[in-house]
Amino acid sequence: MRAVSTVETAATIHPWAIHAEALKVRAGRHLAVDGLDLSLGTGVHGLLGRNGAGKTTLMRALATVLKPAGGRLTLLGSSVDGRADLRQARRALGYLPQHFGYYPRFTVREFVSYLAWLKEMPKPDIPAATQRAIDRVGLSAKADARLRTLSGGMLRRAGVAQAIVNDPQVLLLDEPTVGLDPEQRLDLRELLRDLGTDACVLVSTHLVEDVVAACTEVVLINEGRLVWQGTPAALAEQGDEHHPGDSPAERGYSALLRRHLAEAAR
Amino acid sequence: MTTHPTLNDIDRYADGDPGLDEATVWSIEVHLESCADCRARLAGSTTAESRALVAEVAAAVDRGIAAGPAPRSRAFFRTPVRQRWFVAALLPWVAMTAGVLGSAALLTYFLAELPSIVLLLAPLAPLPGVAAAWSRRGDPAWELIVGTPSAGLTMLLRRTAVVLVLVIPVLAAFASLGASRANPALMLLPCLAFTAATLLLGSLVGVHRAAIGLMVAWAAAVVAPSLATAELPVLLEPAATGGWALVTVVLAALTLLRANSFRRLTSF
Repeated sequence: MRAVSTVETAATIHPWAIHAEALKVRAGRHLAVDGLDLSLGTGVHGLLGRNGAGKTTLMRALATVLKPAGGRLTLLGSSVDGRADLRQARRALGYLPQHFGYYPRFTVREFVSYLAWLKEMPKPDIPAATQRAIDRVGLSAKADARLRTLSGGMLRRAGVAQAIVNDPQVLLLDEPTVGLDPEQRLDLRELLRDLGTDACVLVSTHLVEDVVAACTEVVLINEGRLVWQGTPAALAEQGDEHHPGDSPAERGYSALLRRHLAEAAR
Repeated sequence: MTTHPTLNDIDRYADGDPGLDEATVWSIEVHLESCADCRARLAGSTTAESRALVAEVAAAVDRGIAAGPAPRSRAFFRTPVRQRWFVAALLPWVAMTAGVLGSAALLTYFLAELPSIVLLLAPLAPLPGVAAAWSRRGDPAWELIVGTPSAGLTMLLRRTAVVLVLVIPVLAAFASLGASRANPALMLLPCLAFTAATLLLGSLVGVHRAAIGLMVAWAAAVVAPSLATAELPVLLEPAATGGWALVTVVLAALTLLRANSFRRLTSF
């Protein structure tokens, strides 16, 4: 495997870190993302939607795991649809899947190092980058513990550590707060805000409160299409006391979805 | 009874007072080695200059550590660590292959009228392992790994090499058993050709399906007729060795041309 120099992995300014036009992606035989238009730049973006809205399929396509069935998709200015060479874009990606698979006998440090190696980081940089990533997710005390001995929340944090080990310019986190206790969720929100200052972070979640607390922008999708995009404050303004929800943002989310479903039914 | 040095002596020792004679310095040092209280007094009696010097040295050491290369992770650079989960995942497949080949060797030994069953099955021996090597079910971190820049044909070839390293010695061991009398080239080359064919076909339909398809096709088209007629097929006669070598090279070259198709999935 060729290790790349730091010059090759250096950050480059792109107008949009993620840009999708009429994007279509299949999940099995089902067209889970169906003509999505989306442009995201630097910041923390919360991806909201009901179960089956296409969030996970979209995350997989953005992570270059799934090949788009149609439309255009560019990451950091490079096309990643069709037969494009994905290596350059993948070096700048960090991805935490919804179902975080791992090797139970690996220690946290070995697992994060292994992923850093697979991301073609320069070999001399890997040990320090691994330690930094483990420290940032608060797993320093468990760095040499085997993954099979960790709790669900710790495993999730190990998953975030492998995602950020290469200082990605595009970070995709699918349900990162699952299994975290309230204190760990607060820590993760702070980490997301920190990461979002110079990277495009897309967080898929069902928890509107996480989006409001950590994100600079909200992306709402339904049936594989973009429904609404705006700030958390603008989301809160979409609803009123007649809409279900425990907070203004949740009521705004409910209002947007209801409006969209009503329009779609016409 | 222990006699502690006076506080005055400790202060003079800490200051490096040249007036302290050598015997006193020596006795203070011997005492300090065994007396925590006096070591604490010594620590408290250090001068501002010495504390500043220690702080300066500590800062310089910290700067040196930060500027220098990070310590190498012993575990990471031990290559087997990266592959050990994979070897562990393959062991059941290798055990199954060994079981099948062992049974084939026994049958060949006791049923001398039949052609070598080990030789007939040799082309298929690595295929279950190759299928497991590139399977979403076989690799718990598949979704993570398939999205890294390393994912693709190179990784598949590396894993296939591990499979061959594990399977070929097993195959050679059974083939060398008395009644088999297999020509090593006739065993190895079809084995490599079928491995390459699995990868090439796998670029179109998936490695798992390709391995199953080739196993079924070879069993139906070659193994079953050979057992029925009790004759070794022409394909496994010594004259076919060159043909197998050519086929292996061609299939390997075609697989390399389709390297891009291993980079990601069309659906999940």
